[in-house]
Amino acid sequence: MSEQRTIAVTVNGKAYAKTVPVRLTLADFLRHTLRLTGTHLGCEHGVCGACTVLFDGHSARSCLMLAVQADGHDIVTVEGLSPDGGKTLHVLQQAFHDHHGLQCGFCTPGILTTLIELLRDNPDPTEEDIRVGISGNLCRCTGYHNIVVAALEAAKRMLDHRRQRTDDR
Amino acid sequence: MKPPAFSYHDPRSTGEVLNLLTSLDNAKLLAGGQSLMPMLNMRFVLPDHVIDLNRVAELSYIREAAGALESGAIEIGAMTRQRDIEFSDLIRSRCPLMHEAIRQVGHRQTRNRGTLGGSLCHLDPAAELVAVAATLDASITVAGRNGSRTIGFADFPVAYMTPALGPDELLVGARFPCWRDPHGYAFVEFSRRHGDFAIVAAAALIEEDGAGKVTRAALTLGGMGPAPIRAREVEQALIGEIIGEQRLRELCEPLREVEAMDDIHAPASYRRQLATVLSRRALNKAHERIAARAAS
Repeated sequence: MSEQRTIAVTVNGKAYAKTVPVRLTLADFLRHTLRLTGTHLGCEHGVCGACTVLFDGHSARSCLMLAVQADGHDIVTVEGLSPDGGKTLHVLQQAFHDHHGLQCGFCTPGILTTLIELLRDNPDPTEEDIRVGISGNLCRCTGYHNIVVAALEAAKRMLDHRRQRTDDR
Repeated sequence: MKPPAFSYHDPRSTGEVLNLLTSLDNAKLLAGGQSLMPMLNMRFVLPDHVIDLNRVAELSYIREAAGALESGAIEIGAMTRQRDIEFSDLIRSRCPLMHEAIRQVGHRQTRNRGTLGGSLCHLDPAAELVAVAATLDASITVAGRNGSRTIGFADFPVAYMTPALGPDELLVGARFPCWRDPHGYAFVEFSRRHGDFAIVAAAALIEEDGAGKVTRAALTLGGMGPAPIRAREVEQALIGEIIGEQRLRELCEPLREVEAMDDIHAPASYRRQLATVLSRRALNKAHERIAARAAS
């Protein structure tokens, strides 16, 4: 029997306490233990980027972490991006929808979580910034073009929204 | 579940890590996990124990070395994230070569987790941080049960992906001597895709006198053999030279004779060609930056 540990983690704002095998990856913990299957697993060795989540606000490949390492930490998955628990899309998700930024959707969760961090660190990115930013995420459908268009549009909408809020004050 | 079964340990101090290393057999140290975790997932390594360093807070720091040489030195802890190196103002201003190199290490997601110590100990022959350590003549601090010792970086790689560490030892940090300002720097690499390990990388540092003559030079090639190599002959030939396109071309020409490995990514002849071209580009960029920094 594999060694086990009890961990306490916050995922998408919700606190969980679970007993897990110590060798369980964070990705499998999210998908199998918590049944949050929005996080996808492609290569499982840190190349494809599909399993990217936000770990204490920073993008990380969840296939390259153990669930026990998340003990006491805060995780956001693609399920946690919606501002109202899934009723409406995040601005970034809406931009992907509007600009056909996905086809099969397998890589999308990892690209969205990666871009959330990028747009937070750099609210007014260039096309080059976006392309470098998602260079660790493989997409076999889109050729990346519409992903970049959607990301730039999301950045613009978020900036406009912020400006509007400032003007309203 | 992909990784093999192991016992997991998450010590809080260097002392606890050393006790575990001494008492446990077949233990692996887990730093940022960007190399060990893939190897565990693919079961290339089968440790009985994994010692996770991520909760050892004392191993994460970037600081000026106290009482250092005239031009100073930067000390970086083994568990310092590559992200923190990338965004450090101290490193950007004092050690710009490392700042330029770190942006070519993997991707945002891997730099957020990956560490200095993990990269140095994994010792991939084309790793950017390994080439930077070789260029700056870094010294590596290692702790063991009989106290700590310092290893010059030239003696750190002992074989392909094998650092000069005993089974009970822990790399705790590295010290990078800074070069005088304004010095020239450049880290240039060729890889198939952005974020890949380089096929060949060239790291260059130069200092020049008021008349533009080179007074000090360092040139490292990564990806050529089992560990990065310093192009000592080129470094020496540069001293006293005034750098220009044609002269650099001549000075880098002997690099076509450097020993290089053949592998699935590139034949040795192509690596030698890259070494020659990338060295010239790196030295030229470093030279141009001295002028630019002096003008600003």
